[in-house]
Amino acid sequence: MRSRRRFLIDSARLTAGAGLVSLVSFRPSWATPETMQGAIREVVGEAIVQRGKVALDLPPLVENGNTVPLTVTVESPMTAEDHVKSIHVFNEKNPQPYVIAAHLGPRAGRAQIATRLKLADSQQVVAIARLNDGSYWSDSADVIVTLAACTEQ
Amino acid sequence: MARVLINLPARAKRGEIIEIKTLIAHSMETGYRLDSTGAAVPRDIIDRFVCTCNGEEIFRAELFPAIAANPFIAFFTIATESGELAFSWTDDHGQTQTEIRQITVE
Repeated sequence: MRSRRRFLIDSARLTAGAGLVSLVSFRPSWATPETMQGAIREVVGEAIVQRGKVALDLPPLVENGNTVPLTVTVESPMTAEDHVKSIHVFNEKNPQPYVIAAHLGPRAGRAQIATRLKLADSQQVVAIARLNDGSYWSDSADVIVTLAACTEQ
Repeated sequence: MARVLINLPARAKRGEIIEIKTLIAHSMETGYRLDSTGAAVPRDIIDRFVCTCNGEEIFRAELFPAIAANPFIAFFTIATESGELAFSWTDDHGQTQTEIRQITVE
């Protein structure tokens, strides 16, 4: 005999399943935290990414995902011996994991970039800086998005 | 020609770190949106930005569809010499728009 509880669990599963199917068909090749890790690996290779030195500044709560201000600051003296070569930003849940790759050098004076990005969903954003000694440093920020971008009409 | 906004000091002291802010009017169409008939809107983005000072590259960035429409990019540089700062944006189709600004370093 089917209990009421069993029925509720089954119907909840069914609804969740149907929701998943429509999501997949509507959004082609959605990025996932795994694809972001893959994209990061493509940039850093086998190197170890350490936490620190990088400060990723993003609003924690975003009303409109179509334009989200972002600032990446790296702690560095920016001298010929010790400077930031590039800054990479990645996201978890947009259709593609890449956001921007900025290339700078000692001539920049200050290792800081600012831009605006689109966010398709509440997610984690990761910034990675490559120093001239070949080390990689990172910071991440979690953002809650109320109105998503990218697929909105 | 797309409208461009570039914000940088007209004058700077030698060795001073200056901030340069740039913005270009562009839809940055991701290719993931559908139009009213249900067809995908073709991708059209600016994917490269380069800034040079008297011909020497001082900043370069690769942009992806996740960059918001009307891409805004701000960065820093050390004022070393007077001259021309050239800003170039290149889109998916290889079209480039270049803007020149003068800076006086004293």
